[in-house]
Amino acid sequence: MVDQLVIGDRSLQSRLFIGTGKYSADALIPEIIKKSGSEVITVALRRIDFNSPTGNVMDHIPSGMQLLPNTSGARNAQEAIRIARLAKAAGCGNWIKIEVISDNKYLLPDGYETIKATEVLAGEGFVVLPYISPDLMVAKQLAEVGAAAVMPLGAPIGSNRGLKTKELLKILIEEIALPVIVDAGIGKPSDACEAMEMGAAACLLNTAIASANQPELMAEAFGMAVAAGRKAYLAGLGRSEKYASSSSPLTGFLHN
Amino acid sequence: MEVVLNGTVANVDKEMNLWEFLLSKELNLETIIVEHNEVIVKKQEWKTIILQDKDRLEVLKFVGGG
Repeated sequence: MVDQLVIGDRSLQSRLFIGTGKYSADALIPEIIKKSGSEVITVALRRIDFNSPTGNVMDHIPSGMQLLPNTSGARNAQEAIRIARLAKAAGCGNWIKIEVISDNKYLLPDGYETIKATEVLAGEGFVVLPYISPDLMVAKQLAEVGAAAVMPLGAPIGSNRGLKTKELLKILIEEIALPVIVDAGIGKPSDACEAMEMGAAACLLNTAIASANQPELMAEAFGMAVAAGRKAYLAGLGRSEKYASSSSPLTGFLHN
Repeated sequence: MEVVLNGTVANVDKEMNLWEFLLSKELNLETIIVEHNEVIVKKQEWKTIILQDKDRLEVLKFVGGG
């Protein structure tokens, strides 16, 4: 059976999306991509610092990867729209991760501004993947204004705390017809696997791989975990029961 | 004359177009994105824009992010 995730006009084999931030060297990125099996990768847009020019992350991303530029740094819809248009003008394609944040402590997204930006950008033909708190009504409105997926957080960005919002994520998966991609907070492959078992369409993570002692090995572990969780979801999990249920026959014992 | 480059005042000592200015900053022109007075400028148009006093330029690039 072919199990593909379709977003925009792209069919994806891998349901693991990865970031490019926080690596000790951008030169690690090609190996991370290879080991993870990921086909979608996020990047950010920033002013060039003329006092300390550095390399460009794009030099390390193989062609064929689906770029997912984010609007990090945007504090309102208008700024997110501006960043999205700049990314598109730079030849990044038409996918955009909307990230509108004005809370610097927990980096929680602004749902209202995110909806406004999504509506404008979807109208301009962008494939819009908004980063949100797992709020059902926000997700519903995003679906109405043309989002291609919703990306609720498992825990605050970069916290590696796992699926702290599990109950709310389950509601989104159940109620929203769009792909639900768990973004942010995933710390361990088992977190990613659990999200996939719950029926998430994909997982997006960055810090969990970048902050591992061996990022390449962790990238491989996440790729396997996401694939395993997806297969488990498709297979259908067995029921959980309070009491034991013997797996071996309860007849024909030697002492009978 | 002076232009505002990424929020900082920069001196331009002779008439030049946007492409010449960017080149003078020793940038890899293949990988940058430029806004001129809040308007995105395509690469093929860089040579057609003559910098004027008080122009505002934003020069951006992609960096790692999640």
